[in-house]
Amino acid sequence: MFVLIVGCGRVGSAIAKTMQGQGHEVSVLDEDPEAIAMLERGRRESWEEAGGTFTVGTALEIDALMEAGIARADAFVASTNGDNTNLVIAQIAKRRFDIQRVVVRVLDPARASWYAKQGLATVCPTQVAIEMLEAAVQEQVVG
Amino acid sequence: MYIVVVGAGKVGWNIARELIDKGHELTLVESSQRRYATVEEELEHAVQYGDGTELWVLERAGIERADMVIAVTGDDEDNMLICQMAREKYEVGRVIARCNNPRNLEHFDLLGVKPAVSATDLILRLIEHEVPKYGLVHLLDLPQERLEIIEVEVDDDSPAEGRAVKDVGLPDGSLVISILRDGSGFVPSGDTLIESGDEVLLVLDTGLEREVTALFNAAASSEAA
Repeated sequence: MFVLIVGCGRVGSAIAKTMQGQGHEVSVLDEDPEAIAMLERGRRESWEEAGGTFTVGTALEIDALMEAGIARADAFVASTNGDNTNLVIAQIAKRRFDIQRVVVRVLDPARASWYAKQGLATVCPTQVAIEMLEAAVQEQVVG
Repeated sequence: MYIVVVGAGKVGWNIARELIDKGHELTLVESSQRRYATVEEELEHAVQYGDGTELWVLERAGIERADMVIAVTGDDEDNMLICQMAREKYEVGRVIARCNNPRNLEHFDLLGVKPAVSATDLILRLIEHEVPKYGLVHLLDLPQERLEIIEVEVDDDSPAEGRAVKDVGLPDGSLVISILRDGSGFVPSGDTLIESGDEVLLVLDTGLEREVTALFNAAASSEAA
């Protein structure tokens, strides 16, 4: 499978490495040319030697998305640090490029839940943290 | 009418001021504390501080009863999402978005956000108007109504030159609305003779532009071909 990941921070780079380790072809797009270091940390070979692609560009710039291979992507992950950017590019991936597997990181629980109802596969780390912390607190209170 | 404007930059502030002057009820939302403080001195309670892409901020601004939402931040993603949520979540009847980068216009369209206004595009059109390259200028497109208004300059070799308006052979769905000649404009009748150098304003159904331009401007039609 060909996976395009936009946003190469802690989250995007970790997913990229895992997917590549599982034998998938992985392309990563980030506006920071230094972000490739996230993909190479703790490895001997470079990201490109390992078979990955890295493109420098702004997420919403259609030329950058094309160069990163959006037109032939089987899966798309929107993991930049901007909720609004992620929500917009995920919808572009779905509607314009007809990518079936699209996952979006959204930090704001309210927007994550509304867009999820509209059919977008949103993942909200804040909501997950809230639930886990609540469970941990309950356990201590009850225990 | 109740209007929510998001983004209190130069554009948002001036829009808010004009609309309030025209008697509309309005809330302006601004996410920068400093900018908010500046604008609040003039607009007082009509401006609220907050990130206008957050649902609770929009709800506090009264989006649920808004007749119109205008998103004019400097960020295209924000403007797209604000208008998308306004339309689809809060069922606001009219939305207007500012498009900062004209290359994003197609994305506004893709997300169903219409109309999106691009200042860059408008300035380019004004330049075209001042420096007509092909003798043809788009003055207004109304895609939803499927109409456009164009201005075309009549040249010497065109079929229309020297003919009366009614004899030009305009296709159905096109109408001459005005002629600019020697610095002033007038509404022609069917018998008005068209002269070389006239600037003719027409309203058209979409798709007729090429055919109509060819009648008035021979050079433009050969360029286009």
